[in-house]
Amino acid sequence: MKFSESWLRQFVNPDLSSEALAELLTMAGLEVEARGPVAPPFNNVVVGHVLSVTKHPDADRLNVCEVDAGEGAPRQIVCGASNVSVGLKVPCALPGAVLPGDFKIKEAKVRGVPSAGMLCAAVELGMAKESDGLMILDADAKPGTPLRDLLGLDDICIELKLTPNRPDCLGLLGLAREVSALTNTPVKAPEIKAVAASHEQTLPVSIEAADLCGRFTGRIIKGVNAKAQTPAWMVQALERCGLRSISALVDISNYVMLELNRPNHVFDLDSVQQGLTVRWARPAEQLTLLGGNDVTLDQRYGVIADANGTISLAGIMGGERTACTDQTKDVFVEAAYWLPSAIQGRSRWLTLSTDAGHRFERGVDFADTVTGVERITQLIRDICGGEAGPVVDQVTALPERKPVTARFSRIRQVLGIAPSDTDIKAIFERLGFQPKVVDAGVVIVPPSWRHDLEIEEDLIEEVARVIGYDHIPAKPPVGPMVMQAQTETQRPLGALRDTLVERGYQEVINLAFTPESWEKDFAANATPVELANPIASHLSVMRSTLIGGLINTLIHNQRRRQPRLQIFETGRVFERASTPKAGEVDGYCQTLRLGGLVWGAVIPEQWGTKTRAADFFDVKADVEALNASGSLGFKAAVHPAFHPGRSARVLRDGQLAGWLGELHPRWVQHYALESAPILFELDIDILTPTRLPIYTPVSSFPLVLRDLAVVVDAAIPVQQLIDSLWQDAPEVLRAVDLFDQYQGKGVPEGAKSLAFRFTLQDTQATLEDQKVDAVMSQLLERLTAVGATLRS
Amino acid sequence: MSSLNPEALLSELSDALAAVKDGDALEVTKARYLGKSGIVTEALKGLVSLPVEERKEAGGKINKIKAQMEAAINDRRDALKQEQLAARLAEEALDVTLPGRGVSRGGLHPVTRSLQRIEKLFASMGFSVAEGPEIETDYFNFTALNTPDDHPARSMHDTFYLKDDQGNVQPDVLLRTHTSPIQARYMQNHVKAHGGKEGMPEIRIIAPGRVYRVDSDATHSPMFHQVEGLWVGEHVTFAGLKGVMIDFLHQFFETDALEVRFRPSFFPFTEPSAEIDVAFGEGPLKGRWLEVAGCGMVHPNVLAEAGIDPERYVGFAFGMGPDRLTMLRYGINDLRLFFEGDIRFLNQFAA
Repeated sequence: MKFSESWLRQFVNPDLSSEALAELLTMAGLEVEARGPVAPPFNNVVVGHVLSVTKHPDADRLNVCEVDAGEGAPRQIVCGASNVSVGLKVPCALPGAVLPGDFKIKEAKVRGVPSAGMLCAAVELGMAKESDGLMILDADAKPGTPLRDLLGLDDICIELKLTPNRPDCLGLLGLAREVSALTNTPVKAPEIKAVAASHEQTLPVSIEAADLCGRFTGRIIKGVNAKAQTPAWMVQALERCGLRSISALVDISNYVMLELNRPNHVFDLDSVQQGLTVRWARPAEQLTLLGGNDVTLDQRYGVIADANGTISLAGIMGGERTACTDQTKDVFVEAAYWLPSAIQGRSRWLTLSTDAGHRFERGVDFADTVTGVERITQLIRDICGGEAGPVVDQVTALPERKPVTARFSRIRQVLGIAPSDTDIKAIFERLGFQPKVVDAGVVIVPPSWRHDLEIEEDLIEEVARVIGYDHIPAKPPVGPMVMQAQTETQRPLGALRDTLVERGYQEVINLAFTPESWEKDFAANATPVELANPIASHLSVMRSTLIGGLINTLIHNQRRRQPRLQIFETGRVFERASTPKAGEVDGYCQTLRLGGLVWGAVIPEQWGTKTRAADFFDVKADVEALNASGSLGFKAAVHPAFHPGRSARVLRDGQLAGWLGELHPRWVQHYALESAPILFELDIDILTPTRLPIYTPVSSFPLVLRDLAVVVDAAIPVQQLIDSLWQDAPEVLRAVDLFDQYQGKGVPEGAKSLAFRFTLQDTQATLEDQKVDAVMSQLLERLTAVGATLRS
Repeated sequence: MSSLNPEALLSELSDALAAVKDGDALEVTKARYLGKSGIVTEALKGLVSLPVEERKEAGGKINKIKAQMEAAINDRRDALKQEQLAARLAEEALDVTLPGRGVSRGGLHPVTRSLQRIEKLFASMGFSVAEGPEIETDYFNFTALNTPDDHPARSMHDTFYLKDDQGNVQPDVLLRTHTSPIQARYMQNHVKAHGGKEGMPEIRIIAPGRVYRVDSDATHSPMFHQVEGLWVGEHVTFAGLKGVMIDFLHQFFETDALEVRFRPSFFPFTEPSAEIDVAFGEGPLKGRWLEVAGCGMVHPNVLAEAGIDPERYVGFAFGMGPDRLTMLRYGINDLRLFFEGDIRFLNQFAA
């Protein structure tokens, strides 16, 4: 809502500076979004009366003018504007004037002819972006009058960012009521007198849908002059509210909408065929809107129709067929109350945005239709003339106004402050709510212009607003002190993050939207969760894996010549799911994942250390570090994103926790990566549960270490050997560590040598060599059972 | 015996020791005087030829010289050891200014840093962390929050909708536009566990998360973060809401030179509602009001919808943008930097 301060001050004029007024509005919830003078600063510009115009002797395009600037003797001014002519009143900048852009006016000679000032175009005064010739002033303007005074150029334009609950402030009268309540200054509303009918002609209106139209008020005005000029004051008022002057009838309609917040419509009566019907549109009904836009309607839309069909989209926009033109003689003025529920959403569905629709869907005053019609009549007769007929006001269904009670004690309880009963009552009186005191509170019937007062809390907010949120002190909150639960069997996500950070990873956050191709490439997902309205085609689906985003981050940083990258991300991934999960949305699975990527050297290049590219096992160690308790298993398996021979399922206590792998060479090439990164992606919910540690006694007897080297088929995973060792393991076996793997000279082709170190310890006695030997041969048997032979 | 001149001998030894540079030479020198056929040993041997009455005195003299010589040799030996140690230490000295080796630390995303601080600050006041789904139903995102269909407030949010597996738009499923649905879900679960009437334990939660709106420029990202807060209890007041939020903002920015103002606003799920602005007392943004959060007293319809008795319990709720708070905290001017993954940007927050 844009308006000029001077217009508001005509309605209510509190003793406040312009800045203070703006602050007041903002702090009352009517946020001032922009505020500035209607014209940039300039001085010494007055009304000049052009007395004579003669051709410049040495320049075809210049004229030498005599100008009365109200100083007694006329001034001689050379002027280059093509529209200069005798008798015009125009802005005249006197020597000493400074115009916008620090343009200083001095006495000078123009092509040899002395010139004592400058006649100005609007653009030179910073009042328009472009202009054609001199700015023409009202013929009545008195020469010598400062232009700023004549045009009220020190006025301030204010733009409010209104919240949807305050449509009553979409007009000057409503704003004035608000300022009045906040400052306790009376409102001086314009006097609106009923215009007596001078003929009896009316237009029959039939309201067929009470759930669309609550009230319909209209009147015929005959014999108007549609070509009449809109008066300068009205043009100016509209411009300062951001509306362009179109024609007198349209301007008057807009003016009343802004002044009284009373949307209305003026029909060209001769184009209306017989009476009007207010009804819901029929399926596929057509309407050409003002401006020529064709829309196809259905039963969800309200319309006004005549015998030939629709002529107006109810509460949103008039139709082209019955629009006023220069030729219009008779008009029908309409002011209605459209139910917000009948208007809401319709503009959006048709991608329309109109001042009327904006107001009606939020709710307008349902009591002022007659006043509105009278105000329009008054202005039409003043400007365009005409004979008014009787006002016909049909009421079908006005909003029910339920009384709302506010208890004094509850107001004090919720706000945490203690205004007196009298103060509270006074606040409601200032708001025009006419409170009635009952028991320990007040009852109000919401005024017809307010649609946001339904419950006690709404009234509590009014009290808080008028007192001023700033006058409510901040207090320490009050509540029982309760210790918070701290479960030790669940690792916080922060602990996982910290583990990776300590190991050199930088956290990234990627968008949850991805191109469809990433889903295909990295997850083989042909049915990703698709957005109905993506912001861009490459952000059209929701990710089901973090891999795409991590690869994209790698590409981004590789382009910026980063030598290595070690990153992780936590975030949800989205998949279609058939089994609903508690606390989630049917049909979707939204898993919280932790993903990581390592690319380039295993540690940053540094002195005294040999550089080596990070490989699967470096990153495997990071994954293992994320596991606080329980067993982590790795099973070779094929994943669409990974090298088939360098990819593993990660299992935590046998449950699938995620994947670890090297990016498939196909994608390394496709995405133009310099080399293959290693990635992992894990389900956080599977990773975070952890066991409560349970103490076991520490043995005081010595440890025995024994090594064993075996040769085994290279295709047998080490884990298989280790599993076989631990299955029904001898009681004294404490640890098995692989300390070497070797393939090559001395080991048969297709086989590998594995060296294990066994830690043995008894809790009851020192281990005798005999017992150790027995255990070791038992362990060797286990290994030979899965195909290993002792290496000689 | 008269051939042994003690002063001359000691002085000669002293000169010889001074010339000695290592342990071996020292032992050779020692042998020359004190060895099996050294000068002093020979002199001792020569005592046999002396008359018995002279032996004692002469022997005493020689032994005194011997003790003095041994002491001089030991002193020299210690000195040599000290010199050797000093030489070795000098040789082993490092350039301690060479960089340390090994893995260097990574870092958290700046928004995560902020979220962790926010969580800790509110935890210190008894708030626990709650979560909710990002693909959300229309019911929890809007309806349960007192925002029925076609409410004009819905146009404040440009919502992403999803297609079903047949490619049809699902009108009742969306990407949550704010973290407020977590409020509604949490309250419903709380009521299931405790009932919504007398004796219900207080609710004090914050709910950080990612939210989505159809918007993209330097100050808007289609995905961004929010932190929702909710306190429902029997003694909750608007003055208390102000207290909590002002305290939080002063603690978050670690300055009291921060003005905080509450101005009336509108959210369908709170009444009264407020917008919170801050103005810094110093720095490049000094004196400008900057919007950082929305808040208000939980609308009774929202409490009632969750099954909580709105007469007995009052709540306040707030929602803020940790992305914006992070930008203000660290002087970041473009929201998009958070989601581009440029390591040169992210590294700056590793400390």
